[in-house]
Amino acid sequence: MIKSQERVAFMEFKSKYIAPVGADGVYVINTGDWRTIRPVLNQDKCIKCGICFMYCPVNSIVKEDGKFIIKYDYCKGCGICAHECKSDAIVMVQEAEK
Amino acid sequence: MQEFDVINGNKAAAIAAALVNPDIIAAYPITPQTPVVEYLTQFAADGILKSTMSEVESELSAMSVLTGASLAGARTFTATSSQGLSLMYEPYFRASTLRLPIVMAIVNREMISPQTVWGGPQDSISVRDAGWLQIYVEDNQEILDMIIQAFKIAENEDVLLPINICYDGFYLSHMTEKVFIPEQEKVAKFIGKYEPEHIILDPERPMAVDPLTNGDLLMEYRYKHLLSQQKALKVIDDVDKEFEYLFGRSYGGLIEEYRMNDAETAILVMGSMTGAAKEAVDIKRKEGIKIGLIKIRALRPFPKERIIKSLDKVKAFGVVDRNVSFGWNTGVVYQEIKSALYESGKAVPSIPFIGGLGGEDLTVNMMMESVDRINSIKKNHSTVWLTESNGGEA
Repeated sequence: MIKSQERVAFMEFKSKYIAPVGADGVYVINTGDWRTIRPVLNQDKCIKCGICFMYCPVNSIVKEDGKFIIKYDYCKGCGICAHECKSDAIVMVQEAEK
Repeated sequence: MQEFDVINGNKAAAIAAALVNPDIIAAYPITPQTPVVEYLTQFAADGILKSTMSEVESELSAMSVLTGASLAGARTFTATSSQGLSLMYEPYFRASTLRLPIVMAIVNREMISPQTVWGGPQDSISVRDAGWLQIYVEDNQEILDMIIQAFKIAENEDVLLPINICYDGFYLSHMTEKVFIPEQEKVAKFIGKYEPEHIILDPERPMAVDPLTNGDLLMEYRYKHLLSQQKALKVIDDVDKEFEYLFGRSYGGLIEEYRMNDAETAILVMGSMTGAAKEAVDIKRKEGIKIGLIKIRALRPFPKERIIKSLDKVKAFGVVDRNVSFGWNTGVVYQEIKSALYESGKAVPSIPFIGGLGGEDLTVNMMMESVDRINSIKKNHSTVWLTESNGGEA
């Protein structure tokens, strides 16, 4: 929507979007550092409903080749995905022993 | 000959929405907007209106429902007044910063306190900097025509911003006038389809919406938002011309100029008071006073260039505000006009008027009194309050 000649001098655009969407926002803060427990997804139990994908507040769940995968780079371990999962396919496990 | 009806402003707004047939309408009743919701619900029950009617429990919900619907690619409409607008303040801001072209009629009602239900645009004027486009109209025909135009303006790919069509409570909302009603097919052709690409909830191509974002990137979004507001200046003028071509009515786009060609002084007004002011201009013209009138139609984006051009030749001007700017001791529009003129480098004497608050009448006599004062000033004047006794100066 923003044409190239408007980029001159005033501001160097980092985003191709005009609205706050996609990978533009959340990945600027390393929320992965906050994690003490991690969600682990059992693919055998997963019914691929996508509930976890929709609820994840930091967009750490992606759909690849028809499967939902949890990416841990930005996952803060909030546990919402495990709580919302209807088929108990996600469990929260300790990152490390005390 | 187009079909016409004799209807009040709220019905004109509801008919306009029905002609557009948005995918979803969510609105909560509040005086003086209530009949808009009643008419729309009736139209839906009668099968005239095909939109999904979402019955919400508050204005906060109304705007939130439309935010979700618009994100899913729906065309949306709502209407509210004063306290209802205040209650939707959070999603109101979000709708514009998410760049959702929601169309909302605001039936202008004075803000409390004291308790009041009568007209006055203090409600919408107070949120002029929340990123929406705001158009203020003069009569019922303009309400209907501008709600139709609003969709075309808001959804323009250079704009993609929500828009308010603001009209004075009771003076227009409950006043009956002759209104021409265009054919639905023509309206559909005029506004076309809304097919968003910039932000969309689509399972086929998932995107995260509104993620936590740092200031660096936020500034970039604001920059683009401001740019789109500026682009809307041309779009509003263009859509007015296109509308005239198809429907035979033009409002001048951003501003309407009345008898400004040879004007030596000017009175600037906004909203329903324009009628009385035009009457006063006609009377004063007969007395040999070369006064012209500018009706501010777009408050956001502010039509700076057109104001500068229009006021280029005048020796003095006055602005009648049906609102106040707390802290400035004037109305809001007066300050906006002065800001615009600063860039022109032409500081001519001016005079701010405040009147008509809380639904008080702004009479032809008050407007004539204002014209006389505009013509007599040699330097900037302090605010004159237009009251029945035409009394106190602040």
